Amino acid sequence: MLKQMTATLLASTMLTGAAWAETTIKAVMHSGLRVLDPVITTAHITRNHAYMIYDVLIAQDSEFQPQPQMADWTISDDQLTYTFTLRDGLTFHDGAPVTAADAVASLQRWGQKDAGGQVIMDRTASLEATDDKTITWTLTEPFVPMLDVLSKQSALPPFIMPARVAETSADEAITEYVGSGPFRFVESEFQPGLMVVYEKFDDYVPRDEPSDWMAGGKVVNVDRVEWVNMPDVQTAVNALSGGEIDYIEAMQVDLIPLLEGDPNIVVETREPTGMQTMTRMNFLHPPFDNVQVRQAAIKAITQEPVLAAMVGNPEYYSVCGAILGCGTPLENATGTETLTQGGGAEEARSLLEQAGYDGTPVVLMAPTDMVALATQPVVVSQMLREAGFEVELQPMDWQTLVTRRASQAAPAEGGWNVFITNWMVPEISNPISNPMLNGRGDDAWFGWPTDETIEGLKEEFIDAPDAATQAAVAEKIQAHALENGLLIPLGQYTLPQARRTTITEMINSPVPVFWSLKKSE
Amino acid sequence: MLGYILRRCLAVIPVMLLVAVFVFLLLRLTPGDPAAIIAGDMATPAQLERIREAMGLNDPLHVQFMSWVGRLLQGDLGVSLISNTPVATMVADRVAPTLSIAVLTIIMSVALAVPMGVLAAWKHRSAADYAVMTFSVLGFSVPVFVIGYLFILIFSLQLGWFPVQGYTPMSAGLGGFLSNAFLPALTLSTIYVALIARMTRANMLEVLGEDYIRTARAKGAPERTVLFRHALKNAAVPILTVIGTGFALLIGGVVVTETVFNIPGVGRLTVDAILARDYPVIQAMILLTSFLYVLVNLLIDLSYSLFDPRIRY
Repeated sequence: MLKQMTATLLASTMLTGAAWAETTIKAVMHSGLRVLDPVITTAHITRNHAYMIYDVLIAQDSEFQPQPQMADWTISDDQLTYTFTLRDGLTFHDGAPVTAADAVASLQRWGQKDAGGQVIMDRTASLEATDDKTITWTLTEPFVPMLDVLSKQSALPPFIMPARVAETSADEAITEYVGSGPFRFVESEFQPGLMVVYEKFDDYVPRDEPSDWMAGGKVVNVDRVEWVNMPDVQTAVNALSGGEIDYIEAMQVDLIPLLEGDPNIVVETREPTGMQTMTRMNFLHPPFDNVQVRQAAIKAITQEPVLAAMVGNPEYYSVCGAILGCGTPLENATGTETLTQGGGAEEARSLLEQAGYDGTPVVLMAPTDMVALATQPVVVSQMLREAGFEVELQPMDWQTLVTRRASQAAPAEGGWNVFITNWMVPEISNPISNPMLNGRGDDAWFGWPTDETIEGLKEEFIDAPDAATQAAVAEKIQAHALENGLLIPLGQYTLPQARRTTITEMINSPVPVFWSLKKSE
Repeated sequence: MLGYILRRCLAVIPVMLLVAVFVFLLLRLTPGDPAAIIAGDMATPAQLERIREAMGLNDPLHVQFMSWVGRLLQGDLGVSLISNTPVATMVADRVAPTLSIAVLTIIMSVALAVPMGVLAAWKHRSAADYAVMTFSVLGFSVPVFVIGYLFILIFSLQLGWFPVQGYTPMSAGLGGFLSNAFLPALTLSTIYVALIARMTRANMLEVLGEDYIRTARAKGAPERTVLFRHALKNAAVPILTVIGTGFALLIGGVVVTETVFNIPGVGRLTVDAILARDYPVIQAMILLTSFLYVLVNLLIDLSYSLFDPRIRY
């Protein structure tokens, strides 16, 4: 009898213990979180944080299609009025219900900062909360990519905050971090640049549909997520091997062999499109103020050597000349033969001769402190030299580069001619939001092209009535962008992630998310 | 003595003022833009300009300087430009890991290095001497991150004795603290053991050749007394200087070790702040580090009189 009682007591204690056991995921993300406002910055780590604690009205699925998330929608026959209806059960982390007024305030703040949002706001007649659950957005003229822009997953998604927070000026950071997303931000444990802690938001009501990229039900199966910043990937790899962390978001390809053969660890590519690396030229100063010289630079470059030096393992990179990215609905290969196959050096030399290039040195800014950007300038500078350019490769830290690239001064007076950067493919996959395709001179992205043709083509894209017409316009955009040298795509690469095998059912989305996944002991 | 301490403390004021002006100007002359970090890569020049304006970065330099010094005089170190967190909170969070690992490193270093140095000097030109000197050369020459990774490989990944990374505060228990802090402290100790052992050996060799040591031996004093009471005490002043400056270096932050072992110390805070051009944090860290250097130097100077009665203030 005593034995039986003891067994029962022990069993009940164990059950209680199991019920109390907290499931915690310890993840090392690609960088430390410092800025908490997803509207003031385009930094990916802040966007990832925002997907944890905020929710979005509509979201993109793996087919790049908008799907309902917080709201369903209807569109009027004249395509001028979009009516969004919030679903039931939406609650902020402070217990207040999410209302249409919150959504309107959030969208207005977002519309001041986001490139796509600004285009929509330029065409907005009114944006109002017609009742607690209904947002009515009326446009002055149809805007076909409206839902694509609202559902985009990067730079910047329109996250919904309480109206009192969203009323903060769009140029100042918010100071209250209350969302209605599946996780709650634990402010008391936040250490900028070091650690962020999230707890499951028990009152979150997920949608019924299965998760699909950023769309579908966000079912949380863990109690707590900790993002621990480790600036040294080697340390993170050691910690993963030792079972001290569960997940590394961005592995360096050359460290993968350290984890191969460990039965407790899986190294995989999270999503196929990955990142685009590309070159940007300065349109304001010689020699790249001459279109023939820009064309010569494009002909001079071949992607394969750049990618081989940067990534090394061909499993994790691919040549791709599509300015809107390969693996996207608008992927296009027009005008990319020499970029992807090589053999353009002779043509480049001929173009330079026709342009009357006088040997003006090209100032190429080379950031030495960013692993993902350190090698490309070296390879590109050599290719340019081989085609007849005089290249002055200037090594500097990334911070100096981002300051200097904002200077419109001549290269000899602190300006620049060319630099290289990387983008997540989904954020450059749409011509409206791709910063390289902004041709508005001083208002354009660094490099400042004044290009009425590209602006006209974007208008044509916006007015395209269907996907087939959009694809046709995108082809014209691709051809023009490479003819005019708006950018030089250098190819695509993927960032492998590593996880312990105890972590299962992770979603293969470009944004790393912590709903759906499960952790076994 | 009190007058001397007071004079030294007053001398801190012009030093700190000079450091403040120097740091402020140096940072503003260095290329870099915290607004660019905040705004991210996709921001347009116009967006960057609006953020700079909102952050007060477009104000004239003297206005920015006076505003910073004004707040500083009220004990306000300001707010991080990047994370909006008070700098005092950020620094306070990071001081404990650095300080505790620095103290542990110095304890381990002194405990190992001083006996090693004494032994090497006592057994001059013996196998023990050569072994200590070989270790010293290695300790100096092998980069600290190599030693760190080696220790992680052996003690953490192979033997499983210590965690790979992280920091547990002492408030959570001495066992937990030591479990995390032992390997970083051991790693850092290799340099300091090498340094202090060499210094101890050199000074002991000099002192052991003095007449009073011969006298002590002649009158039959035990060798232990000769070594530790007569010789070591007289060789202590330069050794103390090395230990003191070593400690000051450690509390200024040891970035590589903090990075390899993922310790949230002030070294990483400073480097992160420099990379992000987070001016208030960099300024606060350099001011604090300068102040600590001045303080440690004062303490070292005062401690000389404990070992050498001829030194009086």
